[in-house]
Amino acid sequence: MNYRMIMRIIAHILGLEILFMIPALLIAIFNHNNNVVIAFVQTMIITGVAAGCAWLIGRSARKGFYAREGLVTTGIAWIVMSIFGCLPFYFSEAIPHFVDALFEIVSGFTTTGSSILSDVEALPDSLLYWRSFSHWVGGMGVLVFLLAVIPLSGKNEGYTLHILRAESPGPSVGKLVPRMKKTALILYWIYIGLTVLDFLFLLVGGMPPLEAICTAFGTAGTGGFGVKNDSLASYSPYLQNVTTVFMFLFGVNFSIYYILLMRRFKDAFSDEELRLYLGIIFVSILVITLNILPLYDGFLTALRHAAFQVGTVMSTTGFATTDFDLWPSLSKTILFILMFGGACAGSTGGGFKLARYILLFKNLRRNIHESLHPTEIRKVRVNQVAVDEKILRNTNAYLVAYVAIIFATFLIVSLDGFSMETNLSAVVATFNNIGPGFASVGPTCNYSQFSVLSKLVMIGNMLAGRLEIFPILVLFSRGTWVRK
Amino acid sequence: MKILVAGGGKVGEVLVDKLGNEGHEITLIDSDPYVLEHIMEQYDVITVHGNAASMDTLEQAGVDESDLLIAATDADEVNMLSCMTAHGLNPEIHTIGRIRDPEYRQQAYRMRDLFGLNLVINPEQEAAIEIGRLLKYPGFLNIETFAKGSAEIVSLRIKKDSQLVNVPLKKLDSIIKCKVLVCAVVRDGVCVIPDGNFVVKENDLIYVTASADQLSTLLKNLGIIAREVKHVLIAGGGKISYYLALELEKIGMHVSIIESDPERCSLLAASLPNATIIEGDASSQNFLDSEGIERFDGMVTLTGLDELNIVISLYANEKNIPQIVTKLSHAENNRMLDSLPIGSVISPKELSCNSIIRYVRAMQNKQGAAITVHRIADGQGEAIEFIIDEKDLHVGEPLKDIRTKKDALIVSITHGNKTEIASGDSSYQVGDNVVVVSNGKATIQNFNDIFVD
Repeated sequence: MNYRMIMRIIAHILGLEILFMIPALLIAIFNHNNNVVIAFVQTMIITGVAAGCAWLIGRSARKGFYAREGLVTTGIAWIVMSIFGCLPFYFSEAIPHFVDALFEIVSGFTTTGSSILSDVEALPDSLLYWRSFSHWVGGMGVLVFLLAVIPLSGKNEGYTLHILRAESPGPSVGKLVPRMKKTALILYWIYIGLTVLDFLFLLVGGMPPLEAICTAFGTAGTGGFGVKNDSLASYSPYLQNVTTVFMFLFGVNFSIYYILLMRRFKDAFSDEELRLYLGIIFVSILVITLNILPLYDGFLTALRHAAFQVGTVMSTTGFATTDFDLWPSLSKTILFILMFGGACAGSTGGGFKLARYILLFKNLRRNIHESLHPTEIRKVRVNQVAVDEKILRNTNAYLVAYVAIIFATFLIVSLDGFSMETNLSAVVATFNNIGPGFASVGPTCNYSQFSVLSKLVMIGNMLAGRLEIFPILVLFSRGTWVRK
Repeated sequence: MKILVAGGGKVGEVLVDKLGNEGHEITLIDSDPYVLEHIMEQYDVITVHGNAASMDTLEQAGVDESDLLIAATDADEVNMLSCMTAHGLNPEIHTIGRIRDPEYRQQAYRMRDLFGLNLVINPEQEAAIEIGRLLKYPGFLNIETFAKGSAEIVSLRIKKDSQLVNVPLKKLDSIIKCKVLVCAVVRDGVCVIPDGNFVVKENDLIYVTASADQLSTLLKNLGIIAREVKHVLIAGGGKISYYLALELEKIGMHVSIIESDPERCSLLAASLPNATIIEGDASSQNFLDSEGIERFDGMVTLTGLDELNIVISLYANEKNIPQIVTKLSHAENNRMLDSLPIGSVISPKELSCNSIIRYVRAMQNKQGAAITVHRIADGQGEAIEFIIDEKDLHVGEPLKDIRTKKDALIVSITHGNKTEIASGDSSYQVGDNVVVVSNGKATIQNFNDIFVD
């Protein structure tokens, strides 16, 4: 294991985090919020010292960076980033308990949007901004950002691919263009472009600038931290609709946007995952609208709420415009099932990813076919291209890990003695990076009532969900650390 | 530039490495997904899985916006078809095809336009030409030519009884009585760029720059008696042997080839009427003795096995054959062999990589990039040739007033037909060919990269 190289990358990450904190610090200075200014300055100094130490260790790193290092770096980087990122909350005593502060920032970076705060509006602007900005950074991935801006070593080394693969969601991650730096830049420019567009649309609708920035960040990263206690419920229908549309847009695989920019429209719209995504959205909205029609005055209002809630769960954002916990059982069940679905691979959304379902179901269909025709050789095809058997095996393994983690953490969280619906939906909502669940963790409630153990478990869940399990899992694997 | 490389074998991998380091955007095409995976993990490239000669694959790889296709798969036919198809899809594209089969040699040259080939690379033939040059100038381990043949860099191993042992380089001129410059020294496997106080030790491998007409003076004054090579024994009857025999017969040497496969023997006998073809096992000492190995003055080992080539060369050395050339397929940075007396080492794959890289740099030459590059000292060092243009710094200033990086050295300046070995008083003008030697620690793509800024 190339520890020094890992430390070097960690040093870069911490340096980047300090830079990211500057806007929040400026807001605090502007608002004369001395308490928070001091908290940020303290955090930046501590982070700077840590980054300096890491840099000293990693200064003379040798070459050699393989899949193992890529996974471990990604896992460690996210944990380290979260620990330092939560310090402003802790030092300013906005969130007095360390585990709570950690929960909040992990929920931010992993774009979950689960909060332990009962009164969000009491937070100072700078901390609100930092909380929402963590969504934006976490959405596309901080390591991908690093790849875009900093030359980590020789220009022609392929190891950066391991980082892209470990941090980006989806069963088969690849580059868009030969150079990693350019790939990362393209992804970030698309991301920035869409975010700015969202922000402008919100501004036009009359949202105050800071709230618009925070909401745009939350939407872009598919995070879901609101700046109001009732999330987006008190905003105008226009603002809610804008957010609905952008939540759906950020749940789409970003390489689709690249293909569109390359004017290969046919390729983009014939993508199987995109079609499934749009299909599920359409059907779910339709069924839920009809189901909740009696609760609202008029079809359009019902449609707006249905679309927003489907968008928030499907893209794993986690905003809310209404308390869907009060909806009929059918609608709630649909939302619960959608929680497992997740967005498209290569988007900023979390969850299991539709691409994996496509692979699993096509593989299942092949297995059924093969049991009827044992000698026939068949390939699983996605977008007319035969899928490598290795990807199918990995996807199967991923499903097992996914289910096992849900069961294990469900069991641990049950110790707290809440209802099964609360516990299960809390685990599912954190693991899939959605945010709100049902019952006691519904849209109007929060996660503060859980015990420290449960919160730690859910922190692990959020990280594992965002990084797609393996980067976190390898940190706990003996084979990673033991020298053979 | 955007470059497509077809075939991820040894040559493909070296090209991806070198060209990628020079900042080109590379797409690799191969039909084996595991090869692609392996290369993608090591280098910053994108890969396309498929047959490099198929239109779909080429289109997927973005042939319409690429500047160059290098077809280096192991099948000649695929390479030719690939270049043809690429040209059909994008008439602007440059193509380099690796064609190895002697039977295709003629048509690959004559029908270049038809196949859309801008450059034909034949590793075996290039190796044969290189070996031929080495045999022509016996005494040197390696010869690299610059400025259309008017400047050369040769390498010599310092033996125990050499008069250069323990001599500082600034006193070199008085011993060998002609103007040369030692531009690189490999000691214990490490390549250094020496200055005037550097003291030569036994067993050093020195690289000397000299103008072409002074090579024989150099040899004579160093006390190396260069016996002209007349009779060459070649172990192994592969493609290189065939090309080499043609090459050597042209300059009047007599060639004997030992080959164990009877069919191959009769094929060689049919196509090489002037050569002596011997059927037998070149690895057997008895057999070599019975063929009178000591009466040859040149030995070239070209069997398919590197190990065997080394062993035969060692035996030839013991039999005091003055000029030995050993072919190694896996010679990259092989410092283990540095101390073995196996004569000059030739690696066909490395040679073709160098030619391709040279071509790529020439394509870029408008931006002041190097026109030829030779890798020396087992690939640790590079000798690079530039043409000076208006943008280059320090034109007309004496070299002693210019500070260059300590890893780089200007070794020769060619002005018109006159080649001057660089000294403190030399200077270069716009339009001159300048050769720079570096030990590879700094990437030098542009002439101005050699200066301390």
